[in-house]
Amino acid sequence: MASKNRKPPRVGDQPGFRRALIAAVLVVTAIFIVAPLVVIGVQAFSQGWAVYATAIADPDTLHAILLTVTTALIAVPINTAFGVAAAWAITKFDFWGRRFLLVVIEIPFSISPIVAGVAYLFVYGLQGLFGPALQSADIKILFALPGIVLASMFVTAPFVARELIPLMQAQGRDLEEAATSLGASGWRTFFSVTLPNIRWALLYGVVLCNARVMGEFGAVSVVSGNIRGQTNTLPLHIELLYHDYQTAGAFAAASILAVLAVVTLVAKVLLERRGAGRGGRPTLAANQTVPETTT
Amino acid sequence: MKIRLDTVVKTFDTFRAVHGVSLEIESGELVALLGPSGSGKTTILRMVAGLEYADGGKIYFGDEDATDIPVRDRGVGFVFQHYALFPHMTVAENIAFGMKVSKVKRSKAEIAARVADLLRLVKLDGLGERFPGQISGGQRQRVALARALAVDPKVLLLDEPFGALDANVRRDLRRWLREIHEELAITTLFVTHDQEEALDLADRVVILKDGKIVQQGTPEEVCREPNSPFVMGFLGDTNRLPANVSGGRAVVGNAALPAPGVADGKAEIFVRPSDLDWTEHGDGVPAKILRVIDRPDGRRLLAATDQGETLELDVAPEIQAKAGDEGFVTVRRGRIFAAG
Repeated sequence: MASKNRKPPRVGDQPGFRRALIAAVLVVTAIFIVAPLVVIGVQAFSQGWAVYATAIADPDTLHAILLTVTTALIAVPINTAFGVAAAWAITKFDFWGRRFLLVVIEIPFSISPIVAGVAYLFVYGLQGLFGPALQSADIKILFALPGIVLASMFVTAPFVARELIPLMQAQGRDLEEAATSLGASGWRTFFSVTLPNIRWALLYGVVLCNARVMGEFGAVSVVSGNIRGQTNTLPLHIELLYHDYQTAGAFAAASILAVLAVVTLVAKVLLERRGAGRGGRPTLAANQTVPETTT
Repeated sequence: MKIRLDTVVKTFDTFRAVHGVSLEIESGELVALLGPSGSGKTTILRMVAGLEYADGGKIYFGDEDATDIPVRDRGVGFVFQHYALFPHMTVAENIAFGMKVSKVKRSKAEIAARVADLLRLVKLDGLGERFPGQISGGQRQRVALARALAVDPKVLLLDEPFGALDANVRRDLRRWLREIHEELAITTLFVTHDQEEALDLADRVVILKDGKIVQQGTPEEVCREPNSPFVMGFLGDTNRLPANVSGGRAVVGNAALPAPGVADGKAEIFVRPSDLDWTEHGDGVPAKILRVIDRPDGRRLLAATDQGETLELDVAPEIQAKAGDEGFVTVRRGRIFAAG
């Protein structure tokens, strides 16, 4: 187009380069992201609807789905509350160790989930720190739902906080101070001023957190004990089916996880669009400058 | 409501922002806190609001000790430098917010009527349904003021209220704020680093430096009787000339000025550019013109004395001068401070 208008192309805007770059990105996306998803779909239905339906209706698979959803229903709300609290504390208060906390929250991102699983073994296992005490109190953490939830929470702890911190940092404390000076209580300030201004980032964090909780393999694999029909979450169940050479079943179960992921992403996009379009409510976050600390 | 600060102190980490400031603001007065950045003016304002707590000293609202009353219950209207309007609420919802969260219950109709009144007061009728992102900076500032006034504050506090606006809007808003203040007669304290704004708007100006009050008084008092080189320099362009005082007269070059009450010895004369004149011959300080800057209302000459001081003179447009001319600078009036 630039050459048609006889305007000099912008830097790096030569037609050849542009086409090559776009083509390369498309090809890579197709091979690495789209193709595997298509394969899951195709393989899941390769032996027809009936086999797919039977595979899903298998009691162990149904139990795995139930366990995964239960885990998400517990872990996601807790981590959301934790993320909001952590982001609030870090961005609105000054306290000793603030930067340190910021780094610590990010640890689960940089550590292999399997390490988290093993660590939980050491803490709650029979030979672990609290193991004997827990056993004598007859509380089961490992190889049961609590262990799975704890491991999932560890892995996904940073998701919400990480989405909120940069936004809340940019927004500063002015809005909350204004609300308080107008007589609003702390809760009122949070629900009518803070929350509406962080809702999209919060939703985004929740969606990512949920996707990760449902898909988490490594940490959960260590602490759950892989008991079929009891402590197998969907990802663990898929692996088990695969090792049993139940290819159709494995792909059928995998397709559920894939659909779950697509649904969460679509939900996020739709919600965002509807919310953003509601009466054209703009956020000032973008053009609200960080107040300088003039004294 | 009368406000009184009694030796208020505030320290951040190791930085002492406010050193024992005592200040009285009469009921209905409009007072400016003026100072360069880092002078502690915003900190003082935020302590009056209750957004910061004082480390020492007391703050009284009338006869009541307000030092430890939290901001929520202090009954102040605070206008933020960057407006801090709630971006997800309309202008009307922003203004109504304080009334909605108030412990005093008002009916929806009452709130709507009050919002309409306030919109009229700040001349924004018809914009109630807009969002803050859809109105101009000057309009946002007026919404912020209406929102602060909606809760019937005892005191109105404004932090650099016009700092983020361009010059024309700023001038209009200044006049308008003065009108509103005259109409409502609410005790008002505002912070600015712009001396023109402070002198234009305030009944009384409090000048701060390094967390201390250096001078306070009416605009006339601080302009005519600045008590220190700092105040002199902060309020406007100033030239500094070394002089010798003896027997109540300050000698500079071939000229002398009366210097009553200044101790004999070395001194400095501080002179506004418009209080210096340029002559080609006569008494004065010998100087050479470096540059001439033409302005709509006159000419500014930059001149160097034979002692190497650079002076700025504002002269009438008829004065003939060009770079390289030699002549004399005469002092019409100046303030003399003993050199220290």
